[in-house]
Amino acid sequence: MAPVPSKLYSDDVSLLVVLLDTNPFFWSTASLPFSKFLSHVLAFLNSILLINQLNQVVVIATGCNSCNFIFDSSSVPANPNLENGRMPALCSNLLQKLEEFVTGDEKLSKEVLAAGIGSSLLSGSLSMALCYIQRVFRTGPLHPQPRILCLQGSPDGPEQYVAVMNAIFSAQRSMVPIDSCVIGAQHSAFLQQASYITGGVYLKPQQLDGLFQYLSTVFATDLHSRRFLQLPKPAGVDFRASCFCHKNTIDMGYICSVCLSIFCKHHKKCSTCGSVFGQAQSDGNSATDRKRKTPET
Amino acid sequence: MNDMEHRKTNDGEGRRLDGEEEEEEEDEDEGNGRGLDAWERAYADERSWESLQEDESGLLRPIDNKTIYHAQYRRRIRSLYSSTTTARIQKGLIRYLYIVVDLSRAASEMDFKPSRMAVVAKHIEAFIREFFDQNPLSQIGLVTIKDGLAQCLTDLGGSPDSHVKALMGKLECSGDSSLQNALDLVHGYLNQIPSYGHREVLILYSALSTCDPGDIMETIQECKKSKIRCSVIGLSAEIFICRHLCQETGGSYSVALDESHFKELLLEHAPPPPAIAEFAIANLIKMGFPQRAAEGVISICSCHKEAKVGGGYTCPRCKARVCELPTECRICGLTLVSSPHLARSYHHLFPIPPFDEVSLSLLNNPHQRSSRACFGCQESLLIPGNKPTLCVACPKCKQHFCLDCDIYIHESLHNCPGCESFRHSKIVSVTEE
Repeated sequence: MAPVPSKLYSDDVSLLVVLLDTNPFFWSTASLPFSKFLSHVLAFLNSILLINQLNQVVVIATGCNSCNFIFDSSSVPANPNLENGRMPALCSNLLQKLEEFVTGDEKLSKEVLAAGIGSSLLSGSLSMALCYIQRVFRTGPLHPQPRILCLQGSPDGPEQYVAVMNAIFSAQRSMVPIDSCVIGAQHSAFLQQASYITGGVYLKPQQLDGLFQYLSTVFATDLHSRRFLQLPKPAGVDFRASCFCHKNTIDMGYICSVCLSIFCKHHKKCSTCGSVFGQAQSDGNSATDRKRKTPET
Repeated sequence: MNDMEHRKTNDGEGRRLDGEEEEEEEDEDEGNGRGLDAWERAYADERSWESLQEDESGLLRPIDNKTIYHAQYRRRIRSLYSSTTTARIQKGLIRYLYIVVDLSRAASEMDFKPSRMAVVAKHIEAFIREFFDQNPLSQIGLVTIKDGLAQCLTDLGGSPDSHVKALMGKLECSGDSSLQNALDLVHGYLNQIPSYGHREVLILYSALSTCDPGDIMETIQECKKSKIRCSVIGLSAEIFICRHLCQETGGSYSVALDESHFKELLLEHAPPPPAIAEFAIANLIKMGFPQRAAEGVISICSCHKEAKVGGGYTCPRCKARVCELPTECRICGLTLVSSPHLARSYHHLFPIPPFDEVSLSLLNNPHQRSSRACFGCQESLLIPGNKPTLCVACPKCKQHFCLDCDIYIHESLHNCPGCESFRHSKIVSVTEE
């Protein structure tokens, strides 16, 4: 690749990775129809590509049984400038892959029981987004500033808590902000924490009819220019934990010193790792260890 | 040279057996028979320019360090993973670590540029930050050895800045080094910590001898009885007494060859070591999860003793305001954490298995479609000419990943994108909590 003159990669070039929630269980009951939602999002993506000719957009779909890359603006063989301004050139590619993805995702759900229904695989798409961003970092000192935008509607799946937190901490270390725009009815605790920890913006729009306005005023600016704007501040991020026994939020609890499980009352034995409290461990704990959730070899 | 005489006099050091020193761990500026310094040897002996290669058009081809680096990394991951799963060893997540810095005469040696002391201080700073990143509930204390005496520089605490500031302000070296005094001091402090914590000492030893007031073997036995795990990183040469100390207490002993090796050895102590179950008693620790105070509220914070507006956290038991987490409430003593701090340690408890290398014969099979692109970053796994390059596959979800994603996933992300992206894989293998 010919070396790009450094003044073209100024600090307002961005790489935006959009995680699009396509969970059919959510969209079938959403107040905004999926087709209208897509038209807002496509207009927004096009506007990102128009703001700066070096901007790059990647779309990853978060389904309820799988996740996959849908669109990558840097891999389109045609000139990404889209000088003729014809929307369909950008859209048809994206829509086609999206449709393939959704049909594939639906096929997978026939085999799956109704476990964890209603939540989409946010941890999967976050992990894929972060791997892609690492690849961009490896291309050398000249690269766009990456950030992640989650367009999420499905509720949080508690089984993904550890994986989502791992992804959040990795994003924090790589200095990649995670912005969130929550389309669903309730706030998402995972995304609130994600945006707070990584320094992104969390927004739950009041009127979904004007989604494009929210997206273009809050989420379209690159990281450098954000310093000059007044963006929604995090209000009341709830960092309290939930106890493992009842799943209630507690503000004072007991932590097992071995596995860090949280309990609301004093127990004799930890239900996660089987450690007996208050006395020295012996090797004869192997029977109780089997109850512990360990990775299978 | 000074240090050669220093070593020959053999004052008061632990019994050093002949042949104990391994060849490759010799002091760097001891010099070989020709009396060259290490930097001179890099030109005369090692001749790094000879390892450059040219490609067909005569342009320099970069040395392919990638596969070598990846192979080393995979060996390390495999050895770590196999030891934890086979023996069901738990990890010590709540650690109380004392770092003992040797500021004796030997620390002013210049084989590490600009001096051993400066290099050690620089890397300790990076280590402290990494340590708190991986072990948010743990605490560090600093001890220095100077003029044969050990002094406590900072008490056990969870704030990285106070330790770093204290260390940078006290970088002078003189006198002898005394291992026994340091161990006695640390032993006294570590006896006061709660029983569920893991007691560790990391000694960064530059000297080649130790001047002790009594029998160091007794001190070592005391440490062993108090279940203190002592590890040593030597900067000069291997010393028997350090080796004995580490063996008795279950720690690790290593000697640094140069600055980057020292950094690597030091950072190996950041992740929690496999904990021997008898060392710490499992206990339920009472902790509070404070809420963030509303903006605009004025209160007196208990750490700085001055009025502050907004921000901060409120202790759920005594309602005192604290500025940052994790911390211990100064008024009622409750440990205050937030749930992300606990979540930072969960990946130690649920590690992902190392990925397996995909054999080239499988890759050349025309029926394999999934090996076209890395699942994580979509980088093509085929070099021009449609020949497949080396890649790895997750043993659970069987997705293919490139070597760089493999390293990133295991060192930073701790999630396999393949396993996370397929729901039915969660049901087949009940893992990932």
